[in-house]
Order: sequence, then C-alpha cells, then structure tokens
Amino acid sequence: MTILDVVFAVVGVLLTAAALMALYRIVRGPSLLDRMIASDMLLTTIILVVGAEMVYNSHARNVPMMLVLAAIAIFATVAVARYVSKQDRQEKPS
Amino acid sequence: MTFDAILDLLAGICLLLGAFLSVAAGVGLLRFPDALSRMHAATKPQILGLMFVVAAIALSARSWSTLLALIPVLIFQMLTAPISAHMVGRAAYRTGNFDKDTLIVDELESVIDRASRDDQPASDDGGARP
Repeated sequence: MTILDVVFAVVGVLLTAAALMALYRIVRGPSLLDRMIASDMLLTTIILVVGAEMVYNSHARNVPMMLVLAAIAIFATVAVARYVSKQDRQEKPS
Repeated sequence: MTFDAILDLLAGICLLLGAFLSVAAGVGLLRFPDALSRMHAATKPQILGLMFVVAAIALSARSWSTLLALIPVLIFQMLTAPISAHMVGRAAYRTGNFDKDTLIVDELESVIDRASRDDQPASDDGGARP
C-alpha cells in the first residue's frame, strides 16, 4: 500500500461525505432555494468525482462528460430561481 | 524518486485539496443558517475545487491534448457559475430567505424603496431585474 493509495482513499471518503451532506440538505432543506443550492453543490461534487476517477485509473476518456456537466449545470438553477421569484411577486402585490 | 512519481504525488495533493474544499462546502451547507450564507459556502468548490481537480488530471495524464480538452471545462464553469449564483442570490433576497439581523449593510433595500416610490406599480423589483 503506497502513499498514493492512502491519498485516493482519503479523497474518496471526503467526496462521499460532501455528497452525503448535500443530499441531507436536499432532503431536509427548509426552502426551495436551499434545495437548489444543495443540488448545485451535488452536481459539482459529481464533476469532481468524475475527475478523481480519471486520475485514479489514469485515463482521459471522461473529459467530455466533465465538459457537458460543467456547461449544463446552470439550467436547473436558473429555471428554479426564476420560478421562485415569480411566485414571490404574486404573493406580495405592491 | 523519479520525476513521474513526483508528478503523481502532486496530482494526489491537488485531488486532496479539491476534496477538502468540497467537504468544507458540505459542512457549510449543513451548518449555515440561511440561503445566502449557504450559497457562499457551496460556491467554493465550484471554481477552486474544479481547478484543483483539473490540475490533478493534467498532472497525471501529461499530454497536451488532454490539457486542451480540460481548459474548456474550466471556462464553461467560470462562465456559468456566476450566473446561477446571481439568480439564486436575487431570488433569495426577493423571497426574504435571509436573516436581516446578520446583515451589516443592506444597500439594495434603499434602492428598491426609491424605485417603488417614484415609479408605476409594476416596478417592485427596483431595477434589480436582469
């Protein structure tokens, strides 16, 4: 067991912990925005996991997947954020 | 210790830093009280953590074509992360999803007040609308 194996094990544990914490916030989050922030963070963690897997198995086949994930991560967040603001404007007319 | 081994070790260190940022964001997501401060925590690994992991991939792959394919990943993330953060922050402010007592200064409130006072009814967003 080399030092790199220990490093990869620690990285795996840390990323798993981050994903689980984001999942907890998605399930429990008091407001819709908290859930959206947490799901954004979960997607970021998935990108990091894909990258870490490429380093661990020393290949570069998943780079297009990282590219697409980084490019489309914005859509869900922006759509839901718009929806939340509109709903709020109807609740409190000026 | 050969040069390749040193590069592999550097890649491992970059991965560790990225994973540490990610777990720090997770802890912030759990512990912080409102949406704005949670967003502050969650945006840390989006840029810096991704930069560390991309550097780790480049250090372990050691080829120009991989590096050229990795740079657009960073560029896309840097282009889109501020937009989504802006939209979420705007929605959080407008729904009142933050603790007013923890704010030191609220510059947007006076702007919204002024805009809604001397404008027609449909302008409660105070020019903050993108």
